[in-house]
Amino acid sequence: MPIHELTSAYRRGETTPTAATEAYLARIAKLDGELGAYLTVTREHALRAAADADARYRAGTPLGPLDGAPLAYKDVLCTRGVTTTCGSRMLERFVPPYDATVIARLAAAGAVMLGKGNMDEFAMGSSTEHSAFKPTRNPWDLARVPGGSSGGPAAAVAAGLAAGGLGTDTGGSIRQPAAFCGVVGLKPTYGRVSRYGLVAFGSSLDHIGPFARDVTDAALLLRAIAGADPRDSTCLPAPVPDYAAGLPQGLTGLRLGLPDEYFIDGMDPEIERAVRAAVDVVRGLGATVERVSLPATPHALATYYVIAPAEASSNLARYDGVKYGLRVPGARDLVEMSSRTRAAGFGAEVKRRIMLGTYVLSAGYHEAYYGRAQKVRTLVRRDFDAAFGRVDLIVAPMTPNVAFKHGEKEDPLAMYLNDVFAVPADMTGLPAISVPCGFSVQGLPIGLQFIGKALDEAGVLRAAYAYEQATPWHTRKPALP
Amino acid sequence: MSTMTKPSYEVVIGLEVHAQLLTRSKMFCGCAATFGAAPNSQTCPVCQGMPGVLPVVNRRAVEFGIKTALAFDCRVNPACRFARKHYYYPDMPKNYQISQYEEPLAEDGLLEIEVDGTSRTIGIQRLHLEEDVGKLLHEGTLETAQASLVDYNRSGVPLMETVSKPDLRSPGEAAAYLRAFRAVLVYLGVCDGNMEEGSLRCDANVSLRPRGAAELGTKVEIKNMNSFRNVQRALEFEVERQAKALGAGERIVQETRLWDAERGYTRSMRSKEFAHDYRYFPEPDLVPLEISRAWVDAIRAGLPELPRARRQRFVTQYGLPPYDAGVLTQARALAEYHEQATAALKRAAPSLTLSQAAKSTSNWIMSELLHVLPADDEAAIREAKITPSRLAGLLKLIENGTISGKIAKDVFQKMFASGEDAQAIVAREGLVQVADESALAAVIDQVIAENPKALEDYRKGKTAAKGAFVGQIMKATQGKANPAMVNRLLEEKLSKI
Repeated sequence: MPIHELTSAYRRGETTPTAATEAYLARIAKLDGELGAYLTVTREHALRAAADADARYRAGTPLGPLDGAPLAYKDVLCTRGVTTTCGSRMLERFVPPYDATVIARLAAAGAVMLGKGNMDEFAMGSSTEHSAFKPTRNPWDLARVPGGSSGGPAAAVAAGLAAGGLGTDTGGSIRQPAAFCGVVGLKPTYGRVSRYGLVAFGSSLDHIGPFARDVTDAALLLRAIAGADPRDSTCLPAPVPDYAAGLPQGLTGLRLGLPDEYFIDGMDPEIERAVRAAVDVVRGLGATVERVSLPATPHALATYYVIAPAEASSNLARYDGVKYGLRVPGARDLVEMSSRTRAAGFGAEVKRRIMLGTYVLSAGYHEAYYGRAQKVRTLVRRDFDAAFGRVDLIVAPMTPNVAFKHGEKEDPLAMYLNDVFAVPADMTGLPAISVPCGFSVQGLPIGLQFIGKALDEAGVLRAAYAYEQATPWHTRKPALP
Repeated sequence: MSTMTKPSYEVVIGLEVHAQLLTRSKMFCGCAATFGAAPNSQTCPVCQGMPGVLPVVNRRAVEFGIKTALAFDCRVNPACRFARKHYYYPDMPKNYQISQYEEPLAEDGLLEIEVDGTSRTIGIQRLHLEEDVGKLLHEGTLETAQASLVDYNRSGVPLMETVSKPDLRSPGEAAAYLRAFRAVLVYLGVCDGNMEEGSLRCDANVSLRPRGAAELGTKVEIKNMNSFRNVQRALEFEVERQAKALGAGERIVQETRLWDAERGYTRSMRSKEFAHDYRYFPEPDLVPLEISRAWVDAIRAGLPELPRARRQRFVTQYGLPPYDAGVLTQARALAEYHEQATAALKRAAPSLTLSQAAKSTSNWIMSELLHVLPADDEAAIREAKITPSRLAGLLKLIENGTISGKIAKDVFQKMFASGEDAQAIVAREGLVQVADESALAAVIDQVIAENPKALEDYRKGKTAAKGAFVGQIMKATQGKANPAMVNRLLEEKLSKI
């Protein structure tokens, strides 16, 4: 049940936050052993928060539309007093002394934290197979991946183990798992949501955004977490609109652009069919759709794999065994302590990116790689600026294929290709959403992406909502017990 | 080696000075930045570099940077940004330091220094802001320590790094640069200038080249010099070392050397062949800093009078000799001390001209106060028990003939120790000058009577014998006799004998 329906039920007295929380906890206990969506379940924490919410509903003073909403947070978001592992051995026992801003804001809105969602280690990956602890399975087909790196919370929402959640998107890590799991995933504009308390992967690319059962919930969650934060100076001071209120405006008069470059060779034909059908639906709802060109797109992925590892190599330098997290004992000196700790604490994918990033930043290569990548990033941005001179929104496929099987993409480069449609929005910091737009013949979800102008989350949500209301895809649920 | 071919070398020195800014909070978080607190008591997730935290720039630190840049006539860049400088060390929580690299706060300034009466203008290449790192405490020595503890109190403290151009030509000039530099910072109130506590840290780049050569020689970086004296000593040692090496036909190795103040030499710390690749890149957690003209103008308007201007004013307004003006304005607290004492003395003794009052206080500050307090110890001068108005009180007693200058020196010592007024000390200890003619005449008679030998000498024409009488008279009056009166009365007596 979406959050907005759940909280309506609370208000009508049909159920209570505690009853709902207990139901979710029971379902987690029953299913998560197989699904692997959670790394930590915060049962006591959740029941306490739910009881507080109960009291507010009893008193008729709920805090707002999220009061009593049971949520799953990706384990990359710091939670005070609750282990925050980033899916890594390095932080296996790290208990932050503070809450991320988004966590504090949701707590202030009355949300109930069910637990911390599984993820690829340090948010690096597209399958949630790179968690140091366990893989997450796709609720639609347990042999398949849920996408990544926010696979845990995406799967939790899809499987009904949470009413909604938060993920992070550095190279598609909210929208790609949302597409694979058949839920809504929104990546806001860079700077729309504070990153304070998000354990950094690629600082200039990291975004926090909601997973939701439907677009309305995504709008409610975004409103709660968005807005300036004195702890994050990259956070934008723009006012936060009431996104949910703006949803029902429809699509009449809206101009949508369909980028040529998002229909590539090797793309799953089922996906192309579903997306083109979705475009027809959108046109039928009163929008105009025209072809646009984003010529730098083919370079976006390559440059992403220069910039993101460069920043990651810097951000991950602090894990040295000195201050917190893992320390391998028995080293004779500092260098040995640090290198043994890092060798033991990081998984293969993380090490690969640290090495890549260190290389591209090193003297002599800095300009050839990092400097040029930043220039290409500007070109990608210019493409979008030019397109947005003609259209209001971009509509595009979310992924080139549906959820793949565990172990199917062992070649890292094959895995990286999965994010080809997702990365441009991260590189440019533009808001983008993935909504379900169909299913493959095997019954696997397909995602449709809308990309908007900077700070036009409202436009993105409005288009996604109109499409969602006209189609049945978001009402389907995976066949779980 | 033939002395005929021995080239004469020119010394080339550039200084990098790190100044800790006197902000209340750290560079990127709200923690206090005070010195000497219990280990790790002034830390938060941000300055400990915890996962997930973000830096936020301290506006006051930027303002201090701009202020300093303006004082050195630097160009303040309209936009600057921070970068990450990477290297692994356990005292640095993030294993990168947030600093400025390609786009510093300010560039291209100058500082005028004076050495042996000649003034020289030294270029300033750049001025930028960065955060300090923490401190490692080893249990035992670094080599044998069983454990090392980290104190992050200093981590994130705002530092301003100012790099001079390689314009300094001698260790003496380097020391003069550092003193002048420090004086400006302290005048501006942006740094307390305390080298012992590390508020001001200096690294030097030293090289030698054949006189007349345009190209720079291989430079050596010297670290760990924590006083003006050590800067000069370390540079003198290093210049000598390099000159000897070059003279012996050796090649200078580019390296970093540490100054060992106890043993008085520099020793190699690390070779530049293993120089760090800092992998600088723009700090993505901070947006570029835009510095508006209006902000710069407002800061410029609020700049205090700087040492050079003040020295000029001391010459024109008080009629002080340039030497005095230079000594008195070398430190802000000292200059203020002088101005306050002069004003107080002028009020207490209106018959004095401003120039007389100023010279009188100058003499006493230079000969007595600076004898017991270092000129650059701002706090000590500001907190001296002998306050400017008390010094004026003492000088007034000399002026009106209550005590002699000699007595005044003893009174000064007592005032310096106890903080009492001169008047009180003089009254209690009966130091008032004996200016009673009959009393003095009696003493003189007695002294003449007790020294027939001296009288005999005097009669034989040895005028020096008169000095012996004066000494005896002063001794007999415990120095309280009015010297002018003693001279006059003695003259009269002797002429009558």
